[in-house]
Amino acid sequence: MDQIENSHDEFELISFCIGDQEFCLDIMAVREIRGWTQATPLPHSPSYVRGVINLRGAVLPILDLKTRLGLGVTEVSPRSVIIVVHIGGRLVGLLVDAVSEILATTKASIQPTPNVACDTVNRFVRGIIALEGRMVSWISLDHILPEQEAAEAA
Amino acid sequence: MDPLESIKVTFFQECDELLADLEAGLLALESGQGDSDTINAVFRAVHSVKGGAGAFGFEPMVKFAHVFETALDAMRSGSLAAETDTLKTMLRASDVLADHVQAAKGQGAVDEARTLTMAEELAALTAPPETALGSVAPMGAAADEPPTDEWGFRPLKMAIDGPAEDGDGWTLIMRPKAEMYAKGDDAAILLRELGRLGPCEASFEDSALPEFDFLNPEASYLVWRVKIPGDVAEAAIRDVFDFVGDECPIDLTRGEAAALAPGPVAPVVDIDALLQAAKAETAASAPKPLAAAAPAPSGEDPAAKDSAKAPGPGAAATIRVDLDRVDRLIDLVGELVINQAMLQQRVGESDLARSSTVAIGLDELEQLTREIQDSVMAIRAQPVKSVFQRMPRLVREIAGSTGKQVRLVTEGENTEVDKTVIERLSDPITHMLRNAIDHGLETPEERMAAGKPAEGVVRLAALHRSGRIVLEVSDDGKGINRKRVREIAVNKGLIGADAQLSDDEIDNLIFLPGFSTATVVSNISGRGVGMDVVKRSIQALGGRISISSQPGRGSTFTLSLPLTLAVLDGMVVTAAGQTLVAPLTAIIETLQPKPGEVRPLGPRGAVLAVRGAHVPLIDIGVALGWRDIPIDPTAGVTLLVESEVGGRAALVVDAIQGQRQVVIKSLESNFQRVEAIAAATILGDGRVALILDVDAVIDARFLERIEPVSLAKAS
Repeated sequence: MDQIENSHDEFELISFCIGDQEFCLDIMAVREIRGWTQATPLPHSPSYVRGVINLRGAVLPILDLKTRLGLGVTEVSPRSVIIVVHIGGRLVGLLVDAVSEILATTKASIQPTPNVACDTVNRFVRGIIALEGRMVSWISLDHILPEQEAAEAA
Repeated sequence: MDPLESIKVTFFQECDELLADLEAGLLALESGQGDSDTINAVFRAVHSVKGGAGAFGFEPMVKFAHVFETALDAMRSGSLAAETDTLKTMLRASDVLADHVQAAKGQGAVDEARTLTMAEELAALTAPPETALGSVAPMGAAADEPPTDEWGFRPLKMAIDGPAEDGDGWTLIMRPKAEMYAKGDDAAILLRELGRLGPCEASFEDSALPEFDFLNPEASYLVWRVKIPGDVAEAAIRDVFDFVGDECPIDLTRGEAAALAPGPVAPVVDIDALLQAAKAETAASAPKPLAAAAPAPSGEDPAAKDSAKAPGPGAAATIRVDLDRVDRLIDLVGELVINQAMLQQRVGESDLARSSTVAIGLDELEQLTREIQDSVMAIRAQPVKSVFQRMPRLVREIAGSTGKQVRLVTEGENTEVDKTVIERLSDPITHMLRNAIDHGLETPEERMAAGKPAEGVVRLAALHRSGRIVLEVSDDGKGINRKRVREIAVNKGLIGADAQLSDDEIDNLIFLPGFSTATVVSNISGRGVGMDVVKRSIQALGGRISISSQPGRGSTFTLSLPLTLAVLDGMVVTAAGQTLVAPLTAIIETLQPKPGEVRPLGPRGAVLAVRGAHVPLIDIGVALGWRDIPIDPTAGVTLLVESEVGGRAALVVDAIQGQRQVVIKSLESNFQRVEAIAAATILGDGRVALILDVDAVIDARFLERIEPVSLAKAS
């Protein structure tokens, strides 16, 4: 949340569905949104890594965000999309069920994540946005990729 | 970029080359291969570094280079013999000079004390034959030498002016450019005009004059210096140059500013000295286009002939290109290759006849694409020399700190390999050399006791072998102490106490993670980075490393790497429904096993009989976790592969699609390293295919069952 200096400044988030929950990402991290393509599976990788696809000549890893958040495995449908995001210097594709809308919000309207005693929530949810009776969880991308050390040790 | 900065960058690039020449020359002299040309080349290298350093005001470097140069000059004139001890001193001096260059780049600092002692040592070399005055003078008056004209930085000279005549006349320096002559103006006319203003004294400087062979008759090389009486108005002098303007830049100063030649009276006396300098200068700068132009004064030319074997102007026409541009080109060609494959596949799927013009055109396109790719790759190919030439210094330093006597022999330094590989060679070679000297070689006393010469020899060689570059680092030391290596491996739980290992397998235990033989951690090789790290970094490049050793006679590290990290010739196969690429270099042959040749071994294992030898069968689908139950090897195809560590193995795949050159795409740039996978590529259908890391697949098995099923070393 550090990059949002002024609490009155509006910033935009892109919201999407995974199962029956709504999540959102800072739109500045998103590079493009594209349809689902069959991915080439990677051996010896965590279950949420669906594989890699060809993004105009670059090899793009695809993470199943549903699995990453501990909500099961995404059943790929025609509405499934890949949100291509920047994480550090990397480009990563996130598989989600559907993209819903772009939300404009201010820092002031973001509520801290309620403590539900869940490790996954603590790691991946930065805050909650209440919106016309809906609740949207703001995803943090910092820990989305597999931990390098864990992979090294494997 | 600021123009001065960009010149500085060029200067540093040249410095690196010059320093390399310097070291190579000194080493050649040390080994007795050098001649007077080599000495001249060495002298020129130091001289050019000094000149550039002066232009940018790196005073400490200029001072040191000057002392160095004085010593080399003595060697050049024959008053200092090129003896081993002298050359060793000079080699160390070249290290110090390299430090200065690094410091000037803003990387690292100069060890002042070391510079001082080094300078004293160098001065001592030349001190005896010279008078006390002679040896002192060069230290202080570094800039009294003719400046390196390739930079045209004469202003420096003015800062440290010579014995100024206190006369208050004008000193005019004019540097006519070629353009001026081209327009029909002439320096003679200008001089005549100046002469009308009052009694003038003119002299000229010809240090920029190249030797006759390189002389461009339409270029301008001469600089005039005119003394004009002080009572002439400045405006009047400037008026003379009104018509020539920028084509004849002038420097007008009061008094005796620049000490070009002592004066107008005796230019003849100085011509010899100037010529001497000019020879050195021109030889270093001959291939560069000089921006000046003048009629050729012919008298002195024959004298210039005996100058050293300067690189002729036509010898190597090279350009410097920003690496980013080359990389972009390579990327684009990679895309072209993928696109071409895609197109070919589409056309193949359609019903076009093989002989149709489209199909023929596509074949031609394929050939062209491949040629373009080869040519582009050749742009990036570089001799390994650039890495090798950093090593003598390293060896000197390690030898110094371990008290061992070492001679480094390099071979095959012109072996070419892609730039991407070159960059990554330095670390493993450094590490292997450290190991060879620190662990491999004995102390001089031990060597004498063993009946070997006190000086150990470490050999660093590069060669091409079957599409890969092979680097060997060998020493003539004591070899690997297998008993100790085994003990350590057992103590650290790396192998079972009762494991039966061949000598080779024991030697290669040193690559296991957590293995380090040094009981005392020395600051040379035991700084926490073991050979396992070296091995892993090499594997990440698709390389292999192994060691072989003969007790009492030495060890040899063998490192093999692909020639490029950009493309790879691969066998496209399918396993468990996935398309994979196996590097062709790892594959010995492909086999269709018959039922009788597959024999079970143990509860799950199986081996394949290949001409009497038995090699383990590895199901790729299982090894990569894509299926749980191996397919019947007789139903699939096996690739007989060889790893330098794990020996041979037969990889079972479902089917072979064909051979293809593929463009290597890193998985690490957007993701991370994946076990058993070397990299990825994009196939003709636009999908990503993984490139198998054959060594890792075999290696994983190797470690799993370290209780070895005799590793069936066929052949």
